[in-house]
Amino acid sequence: MKNLLRILKTNLPKGCQFNTEHNQITVIVPSQSIIECCKILKKHAELKFDILIDLCGVDYLSYGVGEWDTVSTTATGYSRATNNKPDESKWPLPRLAVVYHLLSTHLNHRVRVKAFIESDPPEIESICSIYKHANWYEREAYDLFGIIFNNHPDLRRILTDYGFKGFPFRKDFPISGHVEVRYDEAEKRCIYEPTSIDPRVTVPKVVRDDNRYLKGKENE
Amino acid sequence: MSDLSHYTVNFGPQHPSAHGVLRLILELKGEVITDVDTHIGLLHRATEKLAETKPFNHSIGYMDRLDYVSMMCNEHAYVMAIEQLLGVNPPKRAQYIRVMFDEMTRILNHLMWLGAHAMDLGAVSVFLYCFQAREDLMDCYEAVSGARMHATYYRPGGVYRDLPNSMPNYEPNRWRTEKEIEILNENRQGSLLDFIENFIKSFPSKIDEYENLLTDNRIWKQRTVDIGIVSPSLARKLGFSGPMLRGSGINWDLRKDQPYAVYNELDFDVPLGSKGDCYDRYLIRIEEMRQSTRIIAQCITWLRANPGPVMTNNKKVAPPKRIKMKDDMEALIHHFKLFTEGYIIPPGETYAAVEHPKGEFGIYLVSDGSNKPYRLKIRPAGFTHLQALGELSKGLMIADLVTILSSIDVVFGDIDR
Repeated sequence: MKNLLRILKTNLPKGCQFNTEHNQITVIVPSQSIIECCKILKKHAELKFDILIDLCGVDYLSYGVGEWDTVSTTATGYSRATNNKPDESKWPLPRLAVVYHLLSTHLNHRVRVKAFIESDPPEIESICSIYKHANWYEREAYDLFGIIFNNHPDLRRILTDYGFKGFPFRKDFPISGHVEVRYDEAEKRCIYEPTSIDPRVTVPKVVRDDNRYLKGKENE
Repeated sequence: MSDLSHYTVNFGPQHPSAHGVLRLILELKGEVITDVDTHIGLLHRATEKLAETKPFNHSIGYMDRLDYVSMMCNEHAYVMAIEQLLGVNPPKRAQYIRVMFDEMTRILNHLMWLGAHAMDLGAVSVFLYCFQAREDLMDCYEAVSGARMHATYYRPGGVYRDLPNSMPNYEPNRWRTEKEIEILNENRQGSLLDFIENFIKSFPSKIDEYENLLTDNRIWKQRTVDIGIVSPSLARKLGFSGPMLRGSGINWDLRKDQPYAVYNELDFDVPLGSKGDCYDRYLIRIEEMRQSTRIIAQCITWLRANPGPVMTNNKKVAPPKRIKMKDDMEALIHHFKLFTEGYIIPPGETYAAVEHPKGEFGIYLVSDGSNKPYRLKIRPAGFTHLQALGELSKGLMIADLVTILSSIDVVFGDIDR
């Protein structure tokens, strides 16, 4: 793995950051140079990443924000998990990211490539010209996160309903959705109306600094 | 009647050979396909988003419902991702149990595939043969987890419980005579391992039966040979994995190339195709079933010789024994914490992949240091394969499209998620 990391460091353009958490290499690339990076990753004789295993969006809007304050519990009392609006995110980087997982069946190694998107609306270059099978994955990331892939051959929604509005996997989209559908006897057709259920938290999300893991970090 | 030469045909979503809920818009010239527009998502349940709202362990059951014919393999990738982030190592016995059930799941999946594939091509009896064998494997699922399909048996840190010492028996009822019940219960007198051993002894001869029906069958060969040919370079270009990649002759199997669990200790072969057509993929899956029985046999020998724990002793991840909770305060606290809040996973991200019966099944898990996944991405094998359907079937007939579709082995539970 050290060898692969060295090859990546020497060949990828400037501005890339590297990380080897859990014995997996992550390369954070600037979103403008994604095409350039993918070309190198696929073509370079010592890299030869021939298969795009996965491509997905990640929304970091509420990263590290819990629904239950565990530091000053007594101050907030026991109604903690019901109506509290989550705190503002402390995430320092851009909100949306696209994560690519690449595999080389020639040389048997993997890499994860991550590109944070600064622009609003979120736009990034499509890699369909390099990895043909990125097509559906990019459509999925567009459908669920609203990330626009420039120069994609056919950027349509893929998983959600025909005529769906919004980007459901963004963190500010409620789990119960905005509309529900039912058959209306009087009108003799299916109608859409606003959802009648309120989102409800059954087990609140708790963020804790676990001492056991902090110890491991000091050692690193 | 007007002289039409160009048609647009809607195929599915409710069509027996659409394998669930696939909708295709086919552009035809006569009976020849000129374009395919694949519409998926009719079974989309937002599993990934649901998992974000629940503690880690609550989502194990959702994994079964992804690819609902290879349940435990899905669970395996998910618990592996959690274990990597936690830094927990499951005991060896648990890993052997997992591998054994993974391989049983592979047989389950391939039997379902074989039955459905044969039925799509008009051979109904194979379907019945396959389901008979599936029944025994489902009984193993039931014996170990209580559920015939959606087992929720693997846990981060091991498996839920050790293999049972007895198999459930059929009980007398008014539809069967005592004699019939006796025959049904004949191989259920010993432990689960005895039952599985009995199964894998008789199973290869059953595979021979299926092969008798199909392998040299003239109609079968006419329908599958040279249909949907994928060259090695095309297979890579389309991002294939699993039997689809091996069908084209590329030697790539995660069990061999990036071994997980205890696959590096087991002896098995990886079958490869030569031409990459539907017939090759059929032969590969048949051979994979035979290899799976070999792996299971080795697991049984090991499991017999090596009793031991099946769950990690990390008390922050594994729930305490019920009996301990009666007089141990610590156990009670751990139990309460685990079943109300769950466990915390340190911030980080990982990707864990297994050689699923359909190809590479991966879980990309991001944690932000809380008791729920921050982002869970499921990488289904069928998604990439189905994407290539249009490319593989252009210029062929509708009947060939059905052959290619079922030789891809699609299940919409994991494609739509």
